[in-house]
Amino acid sequence: MTQLVLFNITNGLIVGAFYVLMALGLSLILNLSNVINFAHANFLTLGGYFAYVLIPFIGFWAALFVAPLLTAIVGIIVERLMIRRVYGRDPVYSLLLTFGLAFILQDVCRYVWGTQGLPLAVPASIAQPLSADLFFITGYRVFMVAIVLVAVTGLFAFLRYSRIGVRIRAGILDLETVAALGVNVQLLRSLNFAVGIFLAGLAGVLAAGQIGLNPNMGDTLLMPSFIAIIVGGVGSLAGTLFGGLLIGVAAAITTVFYPTAADAVIYVIMALVLLARPRGLLGEEGMMS
Amino acid sequence: MRQDGSARGLSRRGLVGAGAAVGALQVTAPYLLSARGEQPVRIGMIDPLTGVYATLAVSEVEGAKLAVAEINKSGGVLGRELQLLVEDSANDVGTGVQKARKLIDRDRVDVIFADVNSAIAYAISQVTNEKKVFHIVCGGHTDPITGKDCKWNVFRVCNTTTMDAAAITDTLVKTYGKKWFFITPDYAYGHSVQAAFVKRLTAHGGTYTGDLLPLGTADYSASLIKAKAFGPQVLINTMGGLDQINSLKQFVQFGLQKDMAVGGSLYELQIIQAVPKEAQIGWWTMEWWWNQPNLPEVARFVAAIRAATGKPAAARHWFGYLSVHAVKLAAERAKSLAGPAMAHALEDLRLPPEVALQPGEIYFRAGDHQLMSNVFVGEAHPPEADPANVFTVHEMVSGPTAAGTVADTGCHMAYPA
Amino acid sequence: MSEATVLRAAATPFLSRQRLGLAALWAVLILVPFWVPLVGGYTQLAGRALVLGLAAMALNFLLGFTGVMSFGHAAWFGLGAYGTGLMLRYVTSSSLLATLAGVLLGGVLGTVLGRLLVRRRGVYFAMITIAFGQIFFYIAYRWNSLTGGDDGLRGFQRQPIGFGRFLLDIQGNDVALYYYLLFVFAICVGLMGLLLGSPFGRTLIAIRENERRARFLGIDVERQIWLSFSLSCFFCSAAGALYALLNNFADPMTLHYTLSGEIVIMAVMGGMRSFWGPLLGAAVFVVLQDYVSSMTVNWMSFIGLLFVLVVLFAPRGLLGALQRETPR
Repeated sequence: MTQLVLFNITNGLIVGAFYVLMALGLSLILNLSNVINFAHANFLTLGGYFAYVLIPFIGFWAALFVAPLLTAIVGIIVERLMIRRVYGRDPVYSLLLTFGLAFILQDVCRYVWGTQGLPLAVPASIAQPLSADLFFITGYRVFMVAIVLVAVTGLFAFLRYSRIGVRIRAGILDLETVAALGVNVQLLRSLNFAVGIFLAGLAGVLAAGQIGLNPNMGDTLLMPSFIAIIVGGVGSLAGTLFGGLLIGVAAAITTVFYPTAADAVIYVIMALVLLARPRGLLGEEGMMS
Repeated sequence: MRQDGSARGLSRRGLVGAGAAVGALQVTAPYLLSARGEQPVRIGMIDPLTGVYATLAVSEVEGAKLAVAEINKSGGVLGRELQLLVEDSANDVGTGVQKARKLIDRDRVDVIFADVNSAIAYAISQVTNEKKVFHIVCGGHTDPITGKDCKWNVFRVCNTTTMDAAAITDTLVKTYGKKWFFITPDYAYGHSVQAAFVKRLTAHGGTYTGDLLPLGTADYSASLIKAKAFGPQVLINTMGGLDQINSLKQFVQFGLQKDMAVGGSLYELQIIQAVPKEAQIGWWTMEWWWNQPNLPEVARFVAAIRAATGKPAAARHWFGYLSVHAVKLAAERAKSLAGPAMAHALEDLRLPPEVALQPGEIYFRAGDHQLMSNVFVGEAHPPEADPANVFTVHEMVSGPTAAGTVADTGCHMAYPA
Repeated sequence: MSEATVLRAAATPFLSRQRLGLAALWAVLILVPFWVPLVGGYTQLAGRALVLGLAAMALNFLLGFTGVMSFGHAAWFGLGAYGTGLMLRYVTSSSLLATLAGVLLGGVLGTVLGRLLVRRRGVYFAMITIAFGQIFFYIAYRWNSLTGGDDGLRGFQRQPIGFGRFLLDIQGNDVALYYYLLFVFAICVGLMGLLLGSPFGRTLIAIRENERRARFLGIDVERQIWLSFSLSCFFCSAAGALYALLNNFADPMTLHYTLSGEIVIMAVMGGMRSFWGPLLGAAVFVVLQDYVSSMTVNWMSFIGLLFVLVVLFAPRGLLGALQRETPR
C-alpha cells in the first residue's frame, strides 16, 4: 500500500509538471492581458500536430523546438488579428472570443489530420522504462519533466533578467505606468502571448509523445490548468507552479483510495483554498478582485 | 453531411483523414429512379462522427452508404428511392436524443439507426419507442437494449456484450489464467461488458479488480500502476476507439506486456491498426472479419468497400451495410413501412448470404430482436502480408450459443395493442 | 426593450410603442405551435429555444443588468434539470412539484456558493464560476448509481398536470407541453421585469455603471451582487427544470462549461443591454446550431466562427445594434 501511494505521488508529480507547463502559459496571458485563453488547450494540440508533420523532415529533437515556435507564430497572428481587439473591453468578449477559437482550432485539426488518433514517434533511446520496478517512470517521462524544468527555469530567468521579461513583470503590476514610460504595450502583449503559446506548443509535443495525437487531446488539461492558477493564486507564477504540482499529486492520491472522485477532488481543493485564503495560496492581495 | 439526392461520384476517395471521412459521407448513389412524386424512404442515421468513436462511426456510415447505393441501383425499397440522412451525435447523449427527435419530428424519417455509443443508442431507443419508429441499433453493445429493456421497435446488429464475453472468457481463462484486471469505460457499455465478463469469470472461480474510467481519458498511468500492483495474469481492456488506442499505447510504454497478457472482447480492425506493434497482441473477439476465403460474397463486399472508401472492410462497415439491407428486407416482406409491420416481418427472417456475409443461419431473433451472428474469436498480431491482416480467427462461436436463451437476456417482448 | 424602457414601462401611456412591441412579442410566442411548422421548424425546437432563451435571460439578469460575468451558469441550469429528473424518477409523479424541486436545487446551491464569489470581479469571477460548475458536472458524471453518470438520467416521464377537472396533457401533446413551458417562462420573465423595475433593480444598474459610486451612495454592493447572482441562479434553474421536462432526460453536458459558454453567447448575440435580446439570441443560436449540425460534420467551426464574428463585429448584439446607446 505504501508503495502504491508513493508510486502515485511520484506519478502525480509527473502529471502535475505537465499541468504546470500548460498553466504557466495561461497564467502569463491572464496576468498581463487579463484574458483567459480558452483556446490554450487547442494551441497545445496544434503544437503536437506540427511536430508530427515536422519530425519526418527535421527529426524529433529539432521538432521539439521548432513546432512550439510555429505554434507561437500562429499565436501571434491570432493575437494581432483578433485578440488585441478585445483588450480593455468587458472581459465577456475575450472569453467568448477564445471560446470560439477553441471550437475552430479543434475542428481544423480534425479536418486536416483526421478523427483517428495519430502516433508521434519518440526516439527509441528514451522510450523505455528506466527499471522494472519503477516501470511507470519511462525515459520519456523523465525527459518530459526535465524539459518542464528547463522551460520553467528559462521562463523565470527570462522574466527576471531580460529587458522584455522585466517589462512584462512590470506590466503585470501596473500596465498604465509601463505604458506611460514609453513601452510599446501592444508589442509587449503580443510577445507575452507568444511566450505563453510557445509553452502550450511545447506541452503539446511532449504530450503527443506520450498519449499520441488526436483533435481532443488538450481538452482534459485545460480545466486542471485553470485550477492550478486559482489555487496557486492569480498573479503569481510561482503559485501556478506550486498549484499545478499540488493538484497533480492530490488527484493521484485520490485514485488510490477513491478513484471515482479523482476528477472532482481538484475542484474541492480549489473551493477549500478559496474559503481559507481567497487570493489563492501564493496570490498577491487584491489580484483576484 | 446531409445528403439528399444529388448524384456525386467517388472522386473524394484519395483524401486522407477527416477529408476522406467527410468526403465519403458525401458520396451518394447515382439514382436510377428519380422520385416521380413519390416520397423517398428515409433512414435517419445518428452516429458520433466527432469524438473518441469517430473512426468507428464513420465506418458504419460508409457501410450504410454502400448499401443505399446498391439498393437504389436495383429499384429502391418498395419501388421508392432510399435516402440516408446522417446526423452527428458528437458522442453526447443529450445531442443524440435531440437529433433523434429532430429526424422524427421534422424530417419524418421512417427508420432510425443509432448509435455507436451504447448510452446514446439506449437513450434514443426510449424516444423511438415513444414515437413508434422502427429503430436499428447498428453498433451499441450494452445488454439491456435487447435484454431487460428490449422494445418491439428496436433491433440490434452488433453483438451484446454478453455474447462477446461468453465467446471469449473460456479462451482467456485457459490461455492466461483467472486473475484479471479491468480497464473499463465508465458508461453503459463498460458497465455491461464488465458485468458479463465478471459473471463468467467468477463461475470459473477467478478473481478480479479494475478501474472505471470516463470516456475520453487521456492519461492511464494511475490505472496501470494499480494494475501492476494487483499483478493480474491478464489485463482486460474494454475501452473503445481512441481510448483503447491511448490506453494500450501507454501499456506498452510502461513495458507491462512483459508482466501480464492483454485481451478482452472488442479490439476492432481500425484500432489494432492504430496501436504500436508491441500492442498488437492478445486474444479478442471480432464481430465480423473480412478474411473469409470460402465466401465469394465477402470478397465482393470487401472490394466494394475498398472501391468506395479506400479502406479495408471492418465490422463497422458491415453493421451499417446489414442495417440498411435489413430495412429493405423487412419493408418488402411486410409490404409496408409501418413500424410494427416491419418489426414482425424482420423477426426470424433468414438473411441472404450477400447480406449475412458469414457462414451459418443469420437472423434477428424474434424473442429479443438481437442479430444471431457468429462471434469470431482469435488473436491479434502485427500485420502479415496485407496491412489489414492483423487478426487470425481461431474459432467461430454461433450467435445462439454465445447469446444464451431469450429467457437469459431478461427480454419480454411486448407489442403495442 | 432596454432596461431604461423597463423602468419607464410603468409610466408610459397605454398604447405606447413599447407596449405594442411587447404585445406583438407575446403574440408571436403564444402562436408558436401555429406558425413554426409552416416555416419548416418543429415544436420541439421552439421549446428548446424558449427554454434556452430563459436561461440566457437569467444569465443576463446578472451579466447585462448587474455587470457581473458568470461563465458557469450551465451548473444551475443542469442542477435544475437533474433536480426535476430525480424528483420525477424517485419521488413524485407531479410535473409541477418536480419543476419546483429543480428550481430549488439549482437556486439554493447557487445562493450558497454565490457567497464565496461576491468579492471577485471580471475574469476572476468568471474563472471561479466555471470551476464551481465543473464540480457539479463531475458529480453528475461519475455518480452512476444516482444520476446515471455519463449515460444521463433516464427513466422518468413528465406527467400530465391536473387542475381540478381540467387536465393539461403535457406528456403526450407537444402543444400542451409548449404552453406549459411558456407559462413558466412568463412567470420567470415577469418576475425579472418587476425586479429590474424595482428600486432593487436600480441599485443593480447603478453597480453595473459605476461600482465605486454605488458604494459611496451607501449601496451594500456585495449583498446586492449576491442577491442578483442568487436570483439569476433561480431563474436559470427554472430553465433547466423545463429542459428536463422537454427532453424527458437530463445529461451531464447540461452542466458542462461548454453550455455555459453557449448561454453567454446567446445573451451577447441578442444584446446584453436589452431585456429581450437574450431570447432572440437563443432563438437564433438554437436554429442555427440545429441547421448547421445537419449540414456539415464541421459544425464546430461554424459555431466557433459565430462566436468570433459576434465579438468582433456585433459586440452590442442584434437588438443592441437596432437601438441607440442608453444614455449614461
